Amino acid sequence: MSTQMASAQIRIPTALRQFAGGQATYDVTASTVGQALSQLTAEYPDLGKHLFNDEGQLRSFVNIYYNEEDIRYLDGPDTELRDGGEITIVPSIAGGAIDIQPQATLDADEIMRYSRHLIMPEVAMSGQEKLKAAKVLLIGAGGLGSPLGLYLAAAGVGTIGLVDADEVDTTNLQRQILFGTSDVGVPKIDAAEQRLKDLNPHINLVKHNLRLTSENALEVLKDYDVIVDGTDNFPTRYLVNDACVLLGKPNVYGSIFRFEGQVSVFYAEEGPCYRCLYPEPPPPGLVPSCAEGGVLGVLPGTVGAMQATETIKLILGIGNPLIGRLLRYDALGMEFREFKLRKDPRCPVCGEHPTVTELIDYDEFCGFGGNHVEPDEALTPEWEITASELAAARAAGKRPVVVDVREPHEREIGYIPDSILIPVGEIPARMHELDSAAEIVLYCRTGVRSARALEQLRAAGFGKLKNLVGGIHAWSDEVDPSIPKY
Amino acid sequence: MSARPTTAELKLTAAQLEAIRGHARRSYPDECCGAIFGRLDGEARVVTDLQKLENSWDPVERRRRFLITPQEYMRVEKEADARGLSLLGFYHSHPDAPPRPSEFDREHAWPWFIYPIIGVNGGEPAELRAWQLRADREGYDEVEIHIDDT
Repeated sequence: MSTQMASAQIRIPTALRQFAGGQATYDVTASTVGQALSQLTAEYPDLGKHLFNDEGQLRSFVNIYYNEEDIRYLDGPDTELRDGGEITIVPSIAGGAIDIQPQATLDADEIMRYSRHLIMPEVAMSGQEKLKAAKVLLIGAGGLGSPLGLYLAAAGVGTIGLVDADEVDTTNLQRQILFGTSDVGVPKIDAAEQRLKDLNPHINLVKHNLRLTSENALEVLKDYDVIVDGTDNFPTRYLVNDACVLLGKPNVYGSIFRFEGQVSVFYAEEGPCYRCLYPEPPPPGLVPSCAEGGVLGVLPGTVGAMQATETIKLILGIGNPLIGRLLRYDALGMEFREFKLRKDPRCPVCGEHPTVTELIDYDEFCGFGGNHVEPDEALTPEWEITASELAAARAAGKRPVVVDVREPHEREIGYIPDSILIPVGEIPARMHELDSAAEIVLYCRTGVRSARALEQLRAAGFGKLKNLVGGIHAWSDEVDPSIPKY
Repeated sequence: MSARPTTAELKLTAAQLEAIRGHARRSYPDECCGAIFGRLDGEARVVTDLQKLENSWDPVERRRRFLITPQEYMRVEKEADARGLSLLGFYHSHPDAPPRPSEFDREHAWPWFIYPIIGVNGGEPAELRAWQLRADREGYDEVEIHIDDT
C-alpha cells in the first residue's frame, strides 16, 4: 500500500466558506482524502464542526467526492490521493417537519363531539388528532385552572394533568366555576376530575395531589408538552418558569389581580421567559393575594380562557402565539394593551450565560413566603390577646383602645363595637392620633395585617400593644356569631 | 448572540412568494423543496429566482422529510456560479406542522444558508418564516422576510 503524498484541491461549498476565511478552495498535500480533510479542519476548526459529529465521523448529509466519485464507492476516508485531484465537499440538503407524535385516531363518538372543530380547515382531523395526542399540565385548579380545565377538556386535549393540593372552600365558589356547592371540603383535583370527565369522558385526567417543589418539579413536568401556569404565588411562578426553561417546554402564563389580568407565552426556545420580564420577585407583602386584595370573580374566567386559547394554538401550530408579547387586560375600562417582550441575553436562566442551571429555593428567593403577608418574627404571647380575653376584659370594665386596621369597605361587612378605624396603610401617617400611654388592641380580618400594624407601632415607641389573634373571624367564633365572617 | 453578523432580511417579490405557496400546495401532503438564487446586499439577501427541486426522500416518508441529492446540489451551485449569482438557501414545506425548524432540521442544516419554511394546513399554504442556523449549531436565528409588491 503506497503512502505517497499527493497534491489535491479541496472545493468548499458556499455554506462553509465563511469558516475558511471566505475561500472557495483549499490546497493540501496528503496521502488520503481523510488526511486532507484533517488538515483542513485543523486549520479551520469551526468548519470541522459542520463536517464531523462528536464521534469524529462525517455527518450523514455531508458527501465527499474525489474527482466526481462519492468516496463511499471508493475507499472512504482512506481513498488514496493522486496528484492534481479534486476533493469536493457536497452537502445533501435535508430536513423535515417536527416529529409528529404517534397518530391518535378518533372514534365515531369523538368525530361527532368535535365536529365543529373538524369542519374548520385550520383544525380538521389532523389538528384534532394533535389535540388528542397532546399532554397539558395545569398548575393550579383554581380561578384560572377552572376555565382552563373546562375548555381544554372540551377541546379534546388527550391528557390533562392537574397540580393542586387544596380542598374546595366556600370562598372559591365566587370564581372557581369548576366546582359546586356540594364539593366544599373535597380535594380540588378529585372534584375537578369528576366534572371534567363528565364533560369529556375521552380525556385522560392525571391528578398530582402535591405542592410543586424544587425536588419534584422536573419529574412532574417532564412528560408534558405544554405547561399552563395558573398559580397564585410568586415562589411557584418562578419555580415553574425555571423548570420550563430547563426542560425546554412552553409556559402559558396568566395572572390576575382585582380587575386586571395578564397573559403571555414564555417559551425560552423562541422568546423571553418569566424572569426576562420580572427578574426579581416583589418584596414580600407588596402584592397581595386574592384573599387580601380581592378579585372580580369573572376576571380569571376571561384570563383562563385566553390561556386555554394560547395552549390550543401551540398544540395545533396555528395563529400567532403570545411568545414575546404580554397582553394586559383591564376589565373595568374593557381595554386590552399589548407590550413587546424581549429575551434578555443576561437572563440568569434562559440567557446566553445562564447561572441558574438547576432549581433553587424559591421561598428564599422571594423573601420567604412570597406574597404571604407574614410578620418578620412571630409575635410572642405578651403581644397577643384572644377574642375571649378581650371580651372578658371589657366585661370587667377595662376600656382598651380597639383599633380596626381593615379597609372601609370591610368595615361595612361588620365590626367589633367601640373600635376605631385606621386602615393599615394609614398607620404611619395617623399614629399620632393614638395615645401611646393607653392599652391598644389591634385587629383585622384574621390577625395578619394587625400584626404588621403592631410591629410598626412598636417600632415607633408604643409599648402597650396587643394583636387580636385570629382577628374578627375569631371574635365571630368566640364572642359574637352575629358578626359575619368573610 | 454570535459574533458574526447574521442576515437580517430576505427580500422576495410577491410573485416569488406565490410560487413557493403554489409549489407547497401542489406537493401536499408531501414536503416540497427548492433552491433560492440571488444576491447579497449588505445585511440583506435579495432573491432573483427560485428553482423547484425534487424531494428525493423515499416516498413513504415524504410527508415529513425532504432530501435534495448531492448531484442536484452540485448542479444548482454550478448554475449559481455560472450565472454570477449566489446560492442563498433552500425552501421547504411542513405539511400540517408549524413553519419552525424541527430537531431534524437543525441536525441536518448548513450554516450561512437561509431556510424558508412554509406551513401547509390541510392543503392550504399558510405562514412562511425564514431561519438561519447559528454558527455554533445550537439553534436558529429567525430571518425577517420582506415582500416587495412591485
